[in-house]
Amino acid sequence: MEAVQTPSRSLIHARGLVKRFGSFTAVDGIDFDVEPGEAFGFLGPNGAGKTSTMRMIGCVSPVSGGSLRVLGMDPAVDGARIRARLGVVPQADTLDLEISVEDNLFIYGRFFGLSRARARQRARELLEFVQLTDRARDDVEPLSGGMKRRLVIARGLVNEPDLLLLDEPTTGLDPQARHLVWDRLYRLKQRGVSQVLTTHYMDEAEQLCDRLVVMDKGRIVAAGSPRELIDRYSTREVLELRFPADARISLDGLPDGLAERVEVLPDRVLLYTADGEAAIAGVHQRGLVPVSSLIRRSTLEDVFLRLTGRSLVD
Amino acid sequence: MSLGGAAVVLERDLLNYRRTWRGSLIVSFISPVLFLAAMGLGLGSLISHGQHRLVEGVPYLDYLAPGLLAATAMQTAALESMYPILAKMMWDKIYDSILATPVQVREVFLGEIAWLVVRVAIVTVAFFAVMVLFSAVHSPLGLLAVPLTILTGLAFGAPFFAYTANQRNDTGFAALNRFVVIPLFLLAGTFFPIANLPLVFQVFAWVTPLAHGVALVRAATLASPIAPLAAAVHLTVLLGYSGVGIGLGLRGFERRLGE
Ligand SMILES: Nc1ncnc2c1ncn2[C@@H]1O[C@H](COP(=O)(O)OP(=O)(O)O)[C@@H](O)[C@H]1O
Ligand SMILES: [Mg+2]
Repeated sequence: MEAVQTPSRSLIHARGLVKRFGSFTAVDGIDFDVEPGEAFGFLGPNGAGKTSTMRMIGCVSPVSGGSLRVLGMDPAVDGARIRARLGVVPQADTLDLEISVEDNLFIYGRFFGLSRARARQRARELLEFVQLTDRARDDVEPLSGGMKRRLVIARGLVNEPDLLLLDEPTTGLDPQARHLVWDRLYRLKQRGVSQVLTTHYMDEAEQLCDRLVVMDKGRIVAAGSPRELIDRYSTREVLELRFPADARISLDGLPDGLAERVEVLPDRVLLYTADGEAAIAGVHQRGLVPVSSLIRRSTLEDVFLRLTGRSLVD
Repeated sequence: MSLGGAAVVLERDLLNYRRTWRGSLIVSFISPVLFLAAMGLGLGSLISHGQHRLVEGVPYLDYLAPGLLAATAMQTAALESMYPILAKMMWDKIYDSILATPVQVREVFLGEIAWLVVRVAIVTVAFFAVMVLFSAVHSPLGLLAVPLTILTGLAFGAPFFAYTANQRNDTGFAALNRFVVIPLFLLAGTFFPIANLPLVFQVFAWVTPLAHGVALVRAATLASPIAPLAAAVHLTVLLGYSGVGIGLGLRGFERRLGE
């Protein structure tokens, strides 16, 4: 068991947190704490309840049950005061298409009570930070998906938040745009900006999170650092085998001596083992001839598969 | 109760307006010029010849202009309180992003009411200036028509906000335009005295704000005497629609955006 944190020190303190929509329970009694300076993640597939959780933390969606403290305050009582110190990057971009790129940041600063001069200055600084200075006077609509996402992140920073909430920061972006976003988030973390993010990409969770919880169907099924989770729920290496589509192979007994565990997916077979080379030798020894084989490190994807029997991305 | 956020919501609408104000303002001048020229002078010449004044003792243009002024406020309020509001509510999710800041739902609502008033005021002042050019304002007291027209706009805009807050798509707007805004434009005393209408239309006209706005605005610009009791009733109706509309609109916004 982890030591119980005092609620006042944690940025977020949740116990038995519940969100219901009518009779449907989207978040089903989750416990977690987020500490100052860390990047904390919710990893889970679509529908796991990540956004519902983030909206409760962001004080825009009332808590249905359990307790939640954000920055030491109660969202039901101090919503506006908490929001004043949060930065929010919602899952959908929600940019203002009727005003310019720079004005999106300027007016957002004004919503946080910055003076006109300060809001203008902050807007320019942030455009610089997310590399959009040359688009300052343009409309928002023609920006690429990656640029829009960076603009939303800049908008979330306008009030110099104590805590940045990012709901799927890179979903739908191409790899290059994702890396640019990751780079900016990494810099923020180095400057000490605490982050809570959700993702259904295991590589994103591994890249960005100090600590994360794996969420499925409204519940937390595991918690720890990416390394800890992999060590606890998976093996050091994974041997991926592909067999001819029409091959009828008996995999019974395959784990014996070769692997700790075998997962049969529609398109491949995964052997969880400490030693991939030894495992592949064993496979050949038993007369099995895969079309291809690959030895790789375990990832959070394997952790999720182990915990839920399903893949993260369907 | 903090309302600073409302001022910034208004500021956001002004930033948006800054992009389109020139074209929008030109339309606000040209449209009354066209209407007054075509209907006031053109059509009016069929109705009243020279000294032979048929419509309540004044040239038709002078009779028509205040009616059109009040009706324009209604139309402007309708335009501002339907599609743009629903877009910010559900399509572009502008209010969602605003409500992630310390700004509260009531500040969003009051900011939009403020913008509605500003928008109607701009159109009203432009129209009034055109009326002065057409010599349709008979006394300096006619300036009272400006606030009265703005109040008429609010008496429509505020209840329309409440209506919009309850819409899940835009089909309801066509209905509101077809069954309320356009019939009132035609029947609520803009073009001819309401008393000329069949009783059912008279009732329809007098239970809604436009007829009351037209009556007050017309009395102001024509400097015609109006019974204090009648004036009080007209004003009460306009204030009542505005006040109840603001209450219902606020509730609608709270329910829709409070999640
Ligand atoms: N406003 C809502 N009304 C009803 N159901 C909702 C609402 N928001 C989310 N849900 C449901 O709650 C579940 C969790 O959704 P969400 O929190 O968005 O998950 P995630 O972000 O992990 O994909 C889903 O089944 C979703 O359909
Ligand atoms: Mg989500």
